[in-house]
Amino acid sequence: MSQVSESKILKFYRSQTGRKFITGVTGIGLMGFLVVHLAGNLGFFIGGDAVNAYTAKLHSLGPLVLIVEIGLIAIVLFHAILGISIAQEKKRARPEGYALHVSGGAPSRMSPASKSMIWTGIVLLLFIVLHVWQFRFGPHYDTMLPGGVEPVRDMYKVVVDVFADPVWVAIYMGVMVLLGFHLRHGFWSAFQSIGAMSSRLSNTMYAAALVFAVLIALGFFVLPLYLHMVH
Amino acid sequence: MSHDNMTIHLRVWRQSGPNAKGNFEQYTLDTVNPHMSFLEMLDVLNERLTKEGQVPVEFDHDCREGICGSCGVVINGTAHGPQQRTASCQLHMRHYKDGDAITIEPWRAKAFPIVRDLVVDRTAFDRIQEAGGYVSVKTGSAPDAHAVPIGKEVADEAFDYAACIGCGACVAACPNASASLFTAAKISQLALLPQGQPERKRRVVAMVDQMKVEGFGDCSNHGECEAVCPKGISIAGIAKMRREYFKAILTGK
Repeated sequence: MSQVSESKILKFYRSQTGRKFITGVTGIGLMGFLVVHLAGNLGFFIGGDAVNAYTAKLHSLGPLVLIVEIGLIAIVLFHAILGISIAQEKKRARPEGYALHVSGGAPSRMSPASKSMIWTGIVLLLFIVLHVWQFRFGPHYDTMLPGGVEPVRDMYKVVVDVFADPVWVAIYMGVMVLLGFHLRHGFWSAFQSIGAMSSRLSNTMYAAALVFAVLIALGFFVLPLYLHMVH
Repeated sequence: MSHDNMTIHLRVWRQSGPNAKGNFEQYTLDTVNPHMSFLEMLDVLNERLTKEGQVPVEFDHDCREGICGSCGVVINGTAHGPQQRTASCQLHMRHYKDGDAITIEPWRAKAFPIVRDLVVDRTAFDRIQEAGGYVSVKTGSAPDAHAVPIGKEVADEAFDYAACIGCGACVAACPNASASLFTAAKISQLALLPQGQPERKRRVVAMVDQMKVEGFGDCSNHGECEAVCPKGISIAGIAKMRREYFKAILTGK
């Protein structure tokens, strides 16, 4: 490891395989975050106290939260910057396109999902900004947890208020469909990008990507609708 | 199967030189035999054009047996046409019906500039190969075949990668015009074999860097390359190339 100099890290970052590798690693990190986030969301199906107890517990971790937040921002930025750069490179590499471009069929993984990564990605990036602004930096209401001594932030109310508006419900549900598309290609592609793929694994992982994409997107998709309907 | 001659409507990319503006020209052939290969069909067109005093359509070809990698055109939007694991020369007109329209375009990539009509300059591949796709060995009389034992599974896998004929269909079909499958095939073949070990790390770094220098795009894992590859080379090779690159950077080349 001592042989890895600064110039080598830079060389890796600039090389085509290095760029994919970093996009893949950050993608896997973000997928891990989605799983944790979705698990946290399950509290909304239990009730307000469960949600507020969970967010209060998270915030009691103090500086650790800040470190994770900064880490997540860095991961999102690297993933987005490299993804946009890869999409731009594509135009440079083929200045004149084809009159016709038709897939050669299986085993090709080209799909509407794979071809729209840049667009679903850009929408997701803008969505993350909106989402953090709406909730993390949203209004602050105090509430008391059962048996609590100090008031905690009523995160449940913040979320319920937003999803009282059917427009927000529709926007969130629409973006979650795009998330599903992004994951359909992204899950499999991330492992291919870091070299964790072989001929034997490929079909299984591609099928797993579909399952992962549907489960994650559906999990986030139903919550706004559920909260809108029960309130 | 019909043995009757067919009428085929062609739309062919014509471009008189590297910097000339190209355009599609329409030709109708009414004596296309189903047994003809795709290139023989183009021969028929060129004979007619020559007789009429027109400039024939330039296209690359050599062995016409699917093993040299010279030929290759985009046929109705797919590199090497509709039949998988088949180079353009081995595609036969029996796959088409009387009255079909066929659009023929050259490989399109910045790194593969058009020389004329359907001929592109693929020396970018040669330069990637020269960057590290070789083994340095003392030449002399051939060693005994069993002097370096190689397991059957390893030999088979290396051979699958060695089957690459460098035709460039992977680049042509890639939405990003990436040369990853070609480069990965060369790297993987040599990384698997004992003869390729001395230069293993230096090779992967040099060849990957050369792809970028030549102006090929980044890979987005669409896998379209594997679908059009006349040798069916797996994108598992691209995953292997990335592992090799990561290891080379980590452990020093």
